[in-house]
Amino acid sequence: MIAWQSVGHMRWGWFLLSAAVLILLPLVTDTHTPTLLLIYALFALSLGMMWGYAGLLSFGHSAYFGLGAYTYAIAVINIGESTGPLLLSMAVPAVVAAVIGAMMFYGRISDVYMGVITLVVTLILFKFMSATAGDAYAIGAARLGGFNGIPGFLTLNVPGYPELSLFGLPTYYISVAALLLCYLLCRYILARSFGRVMVGIRENEARCELLGYNVPACKTAIFTLSAAMAGLAGCLYANMAEIVTPAVFSLKQAAEVLIWVIVGGLGTLIGPILGAMVLSYVKFLLGEQTLIDNSLILGVLLIVVVLGIPSGVVPALIRVWNRYLRRKRKREAQGAARRRLGIPSQEHP
Amino acid sequence: MNSVVETHELTMRFGGVVAVNTVNFSLQERELRCLIGPNGAGKSTFFKCLTGQYRLSHENGRVLIRGTDVIGWSTHEVVRLGVGVKTQVPSVMNGLTVQENLWLSARRIHGWTGADGAVDEIAGELRLTDVLRRLAGELSHGQRQMVEIGVVLIQRPWLVLLDEPAAGMTGNEVERLIAVIRRINESASVIVVDHDMEFVRMLGSTVTVFHQGAILIEGPAVTVLDDPRVREVYIGNRAR
Amino acid sequence: MDYAGVVTLEILYMIAFLALTSAGLAIVFGMMRVINLAHGEFVLLGGYATLKCSQLGINVYVAMLVIAPLLVGIVGLIVERLIIRFLYGRMIDTMLATWGLSLTLIGLVTLYFGPSAMSIPAPIPGYQLGTYQMGGYNLFIILITTALFAAMWGVLRFTRAGLIARGAMQGPDVVAALGYNPRTVYMVTFTVGAALSGLAGGVLAPLTGLLPSSGGAYIAKAFITVITGGAAVISGTLSSSIIFGTINQLVSFAAHPVIGEIAMLALAIILLRLMPRGITGRFFRDGT
Repeated sequence: MIAWQSVGHMRWGWFLLSAAVLILLPLVTDTHTPTLLLIYALFALSLGMMWGYAGLLSFGHSAYFGLGAYTYAIAVINIGESTGPLLLSMAVPAVVAAVIGAMMFYGRISDVYMGVITLVVTLILFKFMSATAGDAYAIGAARLGGFNGIPGFLTLNVPGYPELSLFGLPTYYISVAALLLCYLLCRYILARSFGRVMVGIRENEARCELLGYNVPACKTAIFTLSAAMAGLAGCLYANMAEIVTPAVFSLKQAAEVLIWVIVGGLGTLIGPILGAMVLSYVKFLLGEQTLIDNSLILGVLLIVVVLGIPSGVVPALIRVWNRYLRRKRKREAQGAARRRLGIPSQEHP
Repeated sequence: MNSVVETHELTMRFGGVVAVNTVNFSLQERELRCLIGPNGAGKSTFFKCLTGQYRLSHENGRVLIRGTDVIGWSTHEVVRLGVGVKTQVPSVMNGLTVQENLWLSARRIHGWTGADGAVDEIAGELRLTDVLRRLAGELSHGQRQMVEIGVVLIQRPWLVLLDEPAAGMTGNEVERLIAVIRRINESASVIVVDHDMEFVRMLGSTVTVFHQGAILIEGPAVTVLDDPRVREVYIGNRAR
Repeated sequence: MDYAGVVTLEILYMIAFLALTSAGLAIVFGMMRVINLAHGEFVLLGGYATLKCSQLGINVYVAMLVIAPLLVGIVGLIVERLIIRFLYGRMIDTMLATWGLSLTLIGLVTLYFGPSAMSIPAPIPGYQLGTYQMGGYNLFIILITTALFAAMWGVLRFTRAGLIARGAMQGPDVVAALGYNPRTVYMVTFTVGAALSGLAGGVLAPLTGLLPSSGGAYIAKAFITVITGGAAVISGTLSSSIIFGTINQLVSFAAHPVIGEIAMLALAIILLRLMPRGITGRFFRDGT
């Protein structure tokens, strides 16, 4: 089976190496920050998959991240055990995305208009959740809490045993597993027909339709899947932060994930992951309280990347690496050719 | 008399302009037909009505493909009947290689395992083997047209609709194209839309001439193309 | 009766607010298909410029109507030369770069003015409408917006510059065919758009107060208003402002301000679904 150069392929060596590093990381450092980085990486992966490979740009992907977080909190308060809420935190964003996606894609909406609609969705959620202060706003036993959000809910536990909490180090490993599994899932999809149809849709939607593919259905499916992954990231975020506030739906959050993906590299899977991890870590180092440094540096970085490296850092690095490899191979080939012909190798004067 | 395509009173309006005016058209099995006419005559609009590229309702008339009324069908549903469509502007997936373009099309019909073989076969026929690994966007206009034709044919459609397939092709490519069209016609019905009379003359099929949204005249190429009415429609007032 | 008057005035104010804050973005989008996500910060800069001027003792009307647009116009010119002009035709890249610019501007503003809210007193006193106390300044804003749009319409319809602008809206080739350099036209357009944003910010500053993060509120509403309005600068922006302003305020009065905002957003989705090219993409064709 001939590999498709347009979707890349699974590099098992790098994958296993990364997995090993992530698994052994707790031996050398505290896991609080790495857990957050992994969660953001998963969030970025969900957007990068949809945007980079299917060409669907969502300006408000934070909506599904937030829905995942809120769904988990509300569900776990009402149910008292975490397995159901975990699944719901993926299902609810998926259903919402399916509805909104179908509405957009069957209505032939794309590009900037899709951007507006997705942005509006997250804004609606932000405004709504911010205004739900007071006892009147509750779902079951869970008070929505308005701007202050929902604090103090049960974190993930061993399935079936609500007393056995998985907080702390186990949450880290769950996040590692989530990211690795979702990455594998994405790679798998890209290697199958569905992934290739996705790329075809990105390249030329009209032509794909003329090939007989049901384009709106495919777009809705990928949007739904992406939302489920974002929802999972949101659920893990709720667990790590132990509180969910409307900030998860904010414009700022929506902007951040876009920046991670674009800086990391659109059109790859690893780009958004690394973009999210590196940029989040940089922001963490700069400190949350100094809005100046944070916004200023992130802003200048974004401008520089868009102007200078529009396809993102990772693809640029890959290009540099490939160029180096090509030159190396050329030198080796030339050297071998010279030896075959009996020409003495050149002495540098 | 098996008709493969039939339209009944097909009408299409854009605002106040009637682009297709109650057209009754029919195409028989294994027929090769050229639709010609000057720019604005309605050929391309008619073509798009056949391929589900407009949201039509029964107010627009009826379009029957092998007996099935496809009015209101979306494009991919029409294509799945077994219709191959090549659009006016070469439409291939520029960021994918030629091979990937062909594979994506082949896969729907031949499945995962059969697709590779089908790709090699079509590439051989259309002399695309050398450019299989090149990105479709990097090829010349004529080569992209060939890729698009390959992408259409690889699905083995029994009705093939080609809109200006020869545009931008070199003399050699046009000859190859004509041979390909003749070969397709051995197993499929073909409609070619074009406004280039020389190309149509070379194909030598039955010709339907469109003028101001309606069919002016229909007949064998040799008679129709020399008909004074057709000349006038094309050359118009220039000759005076 | 008075209540009807109050509601009407509030609706008019909301329409004016949306139209005024969207005007700059609409010009730039309608002419160049550029979406400037730093638009909210341009508005903010206009507000801060007015604040600084009033602190320096300059007449507040001069500050908001003359100095603010001038200053922000210059900022716009610099931004166009340094960033935007490399990205024409790349809509998504422009959005991202201007998003970066917006973050940068927020950072700079916070650095210079500090992160806390600041305000300018409203120069026009309130008045009584029946039993209701109304802000007089709102009337001023409605007036300014009306004057601005009338002026824009006049320029587009009756001046040569306006003719070139309307040609530019059809595409860069039209501009070139007329003998003008499209690049220059775009440069001027972006500058004018920025100046209008600055004007909006200056005029609104006494009412809304100034906070480095307020830009976000402006851009969200303006973005939605402009895209839903479609590519026609005047009729598009006015149509969507009227629709959104009315719904927003009516629902706010009937229920709750937050629900009013949500209603406006939900309406945007519905409108875009029904008219994917925006209101004026469907109904109006001549570009104004």
